[in-house]
Amino acid sequence: MSGTFVGMPAFPEAARAAVADARLRGNLRHATHTIRAKRARAVAEVSDWAELREAGKRIKDHTLRHLDRYLVQLEEKVTAAGGTVHWAADAEDANRIVVELVRATGESEVVKVKSMATQEIGLNEALEAAGIRAYETDLAELIVQLGDDRPSHILVPAIHRNRGEIRDVFRERMSDWGRPAPEGLTDSPAELAEAARLHLREKFLRAKVGVSGANFMVAETGTLVVVESEGNGRMCLTLPETLISVVGIEKTVPTWRDLEVFLQTLPRSSTAERMNPYTSTWTGTTDGDGPTAFHLVLLDNGRTDTLADEVGRQALRCIRCSACLNVCPVYERAGGHAYGSVYPGPIGAILSPQLRGTASEIDASLPYASSLCGACYEVCPVAIDIPEVLVHLRERVVEGGPMVREGNKVVLKPAKGHAAERAAMRAARWAFSRPGALRTGQRLASRTRRLHPRTLPGPGKAWTATRALPAVPPEPFRDWWRRTGGGKEGGK
Amino acid sequence: MRVALFLTCVNDTLYPETGRAVVTLLTRLGVEVDFPAAQTCCGQAHYNTGYRHQAEPLARHFAEVFGEYDAIVTPSGSCGAMVRELYPRLGERARAEGRGGGLAATLAPVVPKTYELTEFLVDVVGVTDVGAYYPHTVTYHPTCHGLRGLGLGDRPLRLLRAVKGLELVELPGAEECCGFGGTFALKNADVSAAMGTDKVRSAESTGAEVLCAADNSCLMHLGGTMTRLRSGLRPVHIAEILAGTEEDGEAGR
Repeated sequence: MSGTFVGMPAFPEAARAAVADARLRGNLRHATHTIRAKRARAVAEVSDWAELREAGKRIKDHTLRHLDRYLVQLEEKVTAAGGTVHWAADAEDANRIVVELVRATGESEVVKVKSMATQEIGLNEALEAAGIRAYETDLAELIVQLGDDRPSHILVPAIHRNRGEIRDVFRERMSDWGRPAPEGLTDSPAELAEAARLHLREKFLRAKVGVSGANFMVAETGTLVVVESEGNGRMCLTLPETLISVVGIEKTVPTWRDLEVFLQTLPRSSTAERMNPYTSTWTGTTDGDGPTAFHLVLLDNGRTDTLADEVGRQALRCIRCSACLNVCPVYERAGGHAYGSVYPGPIGAILSPQLRGTASEIDASLPYASSLCGACYEVCPVAIDIPEVLVHLRERVVEGGPMVREGNKVVLKPAKGHAAERAAMRAARWAFSRPGALRTGQRLASRTRRLHPRTLPGPGKAWTATRALPAVPPEPFRDWWRRTGGGKEGGK
Repeated sequence: MRVALFLTCVNDTLYPETGRAVVTLLTRLGVEVDFPAAQTCCGQAHYNTGYRHQAEPLARHFAEVFGEYDAIVTPSGSCGAMVRELYPRLGERARAEGRGGGLAATLAPVVPKTYELTEFLVDVVGVTDVGAYYPHTVTYHPTCHGLRGLGLGDRPLRLLRAVKGLELVELPGAEECCGFGGTFALKNADVSAAMGTDKVRSAESTGAEVLCAADNSCLMHLGGTMTRLRSGLRPVHIAEILAGTEEDGEAGR
C-alpha cells in the first residue's frame, strides 16, 4: 500500500495523541454524529432495507466466488469498446503502468477524481517522483492536498478539519498550486466552495489526462461507474483526452441490474442521500464524446490473497460507504490518521491487515482497535461481520497459522510481543478448567483484599490511571451459596 | 423446570451481591434455581483476544456443567452472547479445521436454552412487573452485547418501568459503547477511557442517581470511571434493582 503511512506507530500510541487533541475530537464528534443521525433517517425511509442489504451481500459474494470469470468478461468488453486493460499485481506495478501511460501522452500534469485505490497505491507520490503533478479535484481531497495533510476518512477525507482551518489552508496554499484564494475569503461554506470552484476550473479546462477510480465495473458491458456529490469527477471523466482508471478487482458486478441495489444502499449509507447527485458511467471510448483513449488498470495488491481467506474475504464486499466509520466510537475518538492506512475505521482495521499482512507493528495492532461493540456490523449495507473478522485477525496475530501471501500458502508464526499475554491466557484457561483452582484464587483475593494496591503496575497501569479498581468482596458468591445452602439459611 | 444460574466468573468473584439478588428475585417469582458449583468462565476473554483454541475447553466445560438443565440464566448480556452467538462458531470452526463435529455436538444443546436474566424474566417467566420497589432516579445503559448481540430490545426497560418508585430517565446516546470491551480496556486504554468518560458525562446529564445496566463488566469500567471523576452517580446492576421490595426498604448497594 501507500508509502505515506510507513513508520506509523501502532494504533494505541497514535490514538493517544488524537484523544488528547480537543479540537480534533470536537471536529470528529460533530461530523460523525451529524451524519450518523442523517444516515439513520435515510435508511429508515426504505421499507425493504434488510432485503436490499441481503441482496447486496449476495451479489458481492457471488461475484467474488466467480471473480476470475467476471474479470475476463470485463476485460473482453472493455477491449471491444475501445479501451485497454492493464493488470497490476501490486502498487508498484500499478504506479509504473500509470506513469508510463501519462508519459506516453507527453503531459506533465493530470486531474484526479477522488479515488481510494490511487490513495492505496500512493499514486500521487509516484507521479510526483516521475515529474508529473496530480491535482486532486474533490473538494475534501483538495483541502488535504493543499494542506500537505493525509486523508482521515474514506468519504470525507478532511473530516478532521473545521471551516476555519479550511479557510486558512485555502488562503495560505492555493497560490502554490494555481489560482490563489479570493481576497478576504471568510469561512462561510458558500465562499469556500466558490474559491475551490474558481481554483479547480482552470485545472479542468487545461488538463489533457484524467485519472480516476471507480465505484463499480459492470462485467456484462465493460462499463465503469463513479458516483459522487460534487460533479468534479464528471468534469475529469469527460473533459480530458486520455482517461486512466485504476480500480480494485473486487469492484466488479456482473450486470447493470445489480447496480440497482448498490445505487440505493451506497448513497443512503454514505452521505445519507436518497440518490447520489452525480452518477457517471463510461464504456470504452466514443468518437466525438469524451476521452479518445481509455485505460483500465485492474489492481490486485493483496486482494486475491484476501479472497483465499474464508472468514476474511467478506471484507472485499465493501463498497466504501463509510457508514462503519461514522458510527464507530473508537474512530470518533482516535481519528482516521491513527489507523496508519488510507482505509481507517472498522473497515480499515480488517482490510489493511489483510491487504498488507500483519508483519508491521501498526498492522498487528489494527485488529485490536475495536471494543467489538458491533455498531459497524449493524450499519454495514453489505453485512460485513466486522467483529467476526477482527477476532479472526486477532487470532492470526497471536497464534499465527496458515494463510496465502502473494499467491503462496504460508504458515505465519505468532507475532512477537504477546508472550506475557499468551501465558496469562493459558494460566486463566488452566484455572477456569478447574473449579477448585478458581475457588482457591477467589478466597486468596478475598483474604488479602485490604492489601490490594489502589494503582497497578505493568499492563494494569493503563486501567488504574483513569479508573478505580473494584474492591474485592469479603466472600465470593460460591462461598455464600455453600454457606447459606443457596440462600435458604439467610445470611445476606 | 430445572433452572441453573450461570453467574459468570466476574460476578462470582467481584460482584456476589448481583448473584444474591438474582437468587432472591427468581425465588420470589417461584423459580427454583440451582448454582452448579463446577461452573467457571465462558471463555469470552480468550475468544475475543484471539485465543480461540484456549476458549474451546472452557466452552466444553460450560456444556458439561450446564447440559443437564432445562434453562440457564445469566445476569450478563456479554457472557450470554458468548454462549448464544459464539459457541456455535467455535463448533463450526472446529469442524472446518477437520477436528470433527464433536465440539459442535457438545455445545449445541446449551446454546438455545441460555438466557440473559431480563430475557428469561420476560420471555420464559412471562413477567414485566416483578413486584420491585426502588425509589430512585435511574438511567439505563443497554450494553452492546445485550443490545446487538442478544437483541434484548426493550425488555430491560419494560422491567424497570414496572418498578414502583423508580423514575426512569432516558440516556442520551444510549446505544454507544461504554468503551470496556474486555481486553480492549487494557490494550487501548486511552480510547477506552475517553469512551467511558463520555458515557459517564452523558449519564450525569440526565440528573439520574443511578446508572443501571445488565452487565457488571461494563459497570465495573464505568463505576471505576465515576470514582475517578468524583461523579455522584452509582453503578447498579439491574438484578439488584429488581430484587428489592417495599418490605426490604431501600434496595441496592
